[in-house]
Amino acid sequence: MVLPRIPIGVAVEGAVDWTYAHFGGFLDDLSSVLGVLEDAFKELLLFPPPLVMILIIISLVWLANKRNWKLVLGTVLGLLLIESMGLWEFSMVTLALVITATLMALIIGLPIGILSSRNDTTNHVITPLLDLMQTMPSFVYLIPAMMFFGVGNVPGVIATVVFAMPPIIRLTNLGIRQVPEDLVEVAEVFGSTPWQKLVKVQLPLAMPTIMAGVNQCIMLALSMVVIAAMIGAGGLGEEVLKALMRMKVGPGFEAGLGIVIIAMILDRITRSLTER
Amino acid sequence: MDYEGEKVKVKIRNLSMVFGDEPHDALKLVREGTSKNKIFEDTGQVIGVHDANFDVLEGEIFVLMGLSGSGKSTLLRCINRLFEPTSGEVLIDGENIVKMGERELIEVRRTKLGMVFQNFALLPHRTIIENVAYGLEVKGISKKERLAKAKEVLKLVGLEGHEESMPDQLSGGMQQRVGLARGLASDPDILLMDEAFSALDPLIRREMQDELLDLQDRVNKTIIFVSHDLDEALHIGDRIALMKDGAIIQIGTAEEILTKPANEYVAKFVAGVDMAKVLHAEGVMKHPEPVIFTESNPEIALKRMKKYKRNFAFVVEKGEEKFKGVITEEDAKKAASEGLSLKKITSLDVPVASPDMPITDIMSLVANSTQPLPVVDDGGTLVGMIGRVALLDALIPVVAENGSA
Repeated sequence: MVLPRIPIGVAVEGAVDWTYAHFGGFLDDLSSVLGVLEDAFKELLLFPPPLVMILIIISLVWLANKRNWKLVLGTVLGLLLIESMGLWEFSMVTLALVITATLMALIIGLPIGILSSRNDTTNHVITPLLDLMQTMPSFVYLIPAMMFFGVGNVPGVIATVVFAMPPIIRLTNLGIRQVPEDLVEVAEVFGSTPWQKLVKVQLPLAMPTIMAGVNQCIMLALSMVVIAAMIGAGGLGEEVLKALMRMKVGPGFEAGLGIVIIAMILDRITRSLTER
Repeated sequence: MDYEGEKVKVKIRNLSMVFGDEPHDALKLVREGTSKNKIFEDTGQVIGVHDANFDVLEGEIFVLMGLSGSGKSTLLRCINRLFEPTSGEVLIDGENIVKMGERELIEVRRTKLGMVFQNFALLPHRTIIENVAYGLEVKGISKKERLAKAKEVLKLVGLEGHEESMPDQLSGGMQQRVGLARGLASDPDILLMDEAFSALDPLIRREMQDELLDLQDRVNKTIIFVSHDLDEALHIGDRIALMKDGAIIQIGTAEEILTKPANEYVAKFVAGVDMAKVLHAEGVMKHPEPVIFTESNPEIALKRMKKYKRNFAFVVEKGEEKFKGVITEEDAKKAASEGLSLKKITSLDVPVASPDMPITDIMSLVANSTQPLPVVDDGGTLVGMIGRVALLDALIPVVAENGSA
């Protein structure tokens, strides 16, 4: 039996072409905004000398983790290791990419999450989309990102946002839906407007769950910015990719270690916010 | 309905509420007499409340009572529209809540309705004083003003000094005081209390009931209180509405429900209640007989006693029937033979009961007295009498009268 070929691929290509033809201008604007944002973070992170930056980072860890000195010690050692491997600048570029992507994912994901918590229809439409976004091999996002935005850091950020956003939407939705019914009733019976209910009751109570989403988002973003090196994103990912292409185990391992250290620090800072 | 000039605060008319997507079909079935269970099996619709009608007077504590699933909490939630009624009216000060738009509803909730929840429902991310001030906060009252007011209300419920604590640092009883304070903070006319004391252990529960009554004397709100606990309902309710399967089956004072149950179900429900704890002089007293006026004379008094086969008579002033004392047959005979006036032999040295005196107090008075106990109201008018027979009658459980015990 011969099934007719259903031209899904062709359709997707058509959709991408159509998008570019109609929204090309908007996409260019978006691209430059993201470029500026990413650049600003990079400049900011690279502005102080590494040792000063290390001090700033450990004070963040110190504050976020209720003065856990073991963690601070680990962070200092890790960051010093990065600096001694000569990977400081690459690490800061990676960090800037992660921060930009996470920020974008929050700006887009939070409202969508809130919307799907209030409206079952939205939720039913969004859920399969999120499943698709999360299970689609992450490399696939690189293709349209490159088509729309060329090569470099910006398409890397865009692909990362798409890949890392689902947990924020899911966990914002979940967090708000999990707020106990009687507390929502409290908001209503005392005459809150829908906005007051959201801001004064639902979001604060959903915050630990939302922060778990942010934590997952950051972790996914970090893994994606490495992959995004394939379309020209800089940072540690680029170093890993270079080592891969030249079959150099040593530098590859060092750059990988740098990513692990950054991942651990980011995880500890955001996880402590989850547990509040 | 006539309430002797008292103001109706909340008026519920033909109120029904159905959970499900075909509520009106389900209501039609109920009207045709299909049972709640059958409707659920056939259509999947759950009848929450069916055709409720009652008035709540200003300043009274009105208890909605019934077993779980009887629809009492659903009915309460229709009053502030946490649940949307399927049909019917909820009138607060004559305004129909059901027909209101969102803005109007929010305004009514902010100004007229407070609520206290079963599991306290304190916002865990806010301090006690911020919890209490919540209603004022959403109303847009300035921080300084609302915290001052919240502090005042916390004092009213006996929680001063706990302003900055977090909810989970307080015991259940204290948390519910916070819940109560929050309900009162924006000074609403009406307080809805949903099983407010059910999550507390029995001793604390009793204490909170007494405190609520105490507080009510000071703040004088209209309170609609949901409870599944008959003792609680009898203790705090000025009037009680008993619910079953979403319908109200009887409305009345505790005494009315205990002494004149509307049907077998109510009778069974109230069986086993210690009547002595709930009855008051008013509910037990009989018409006072014989009564003579102060201007009368001993001869007439003797005649009246003979007619009623009694050895005493109550003496009252003509007109408002102010209680002036008691005369005995013996004294009257003596006075008649010696030509003394009625006034000389009238004795005021007898125990007297007020209409709201509990039966437990009356028992000892009646036991130590040879004559029935006169019941005299605040204005001094003789309104009734309680003899030993009447007292014993009242204490025999109602169920026996209905032949089902």
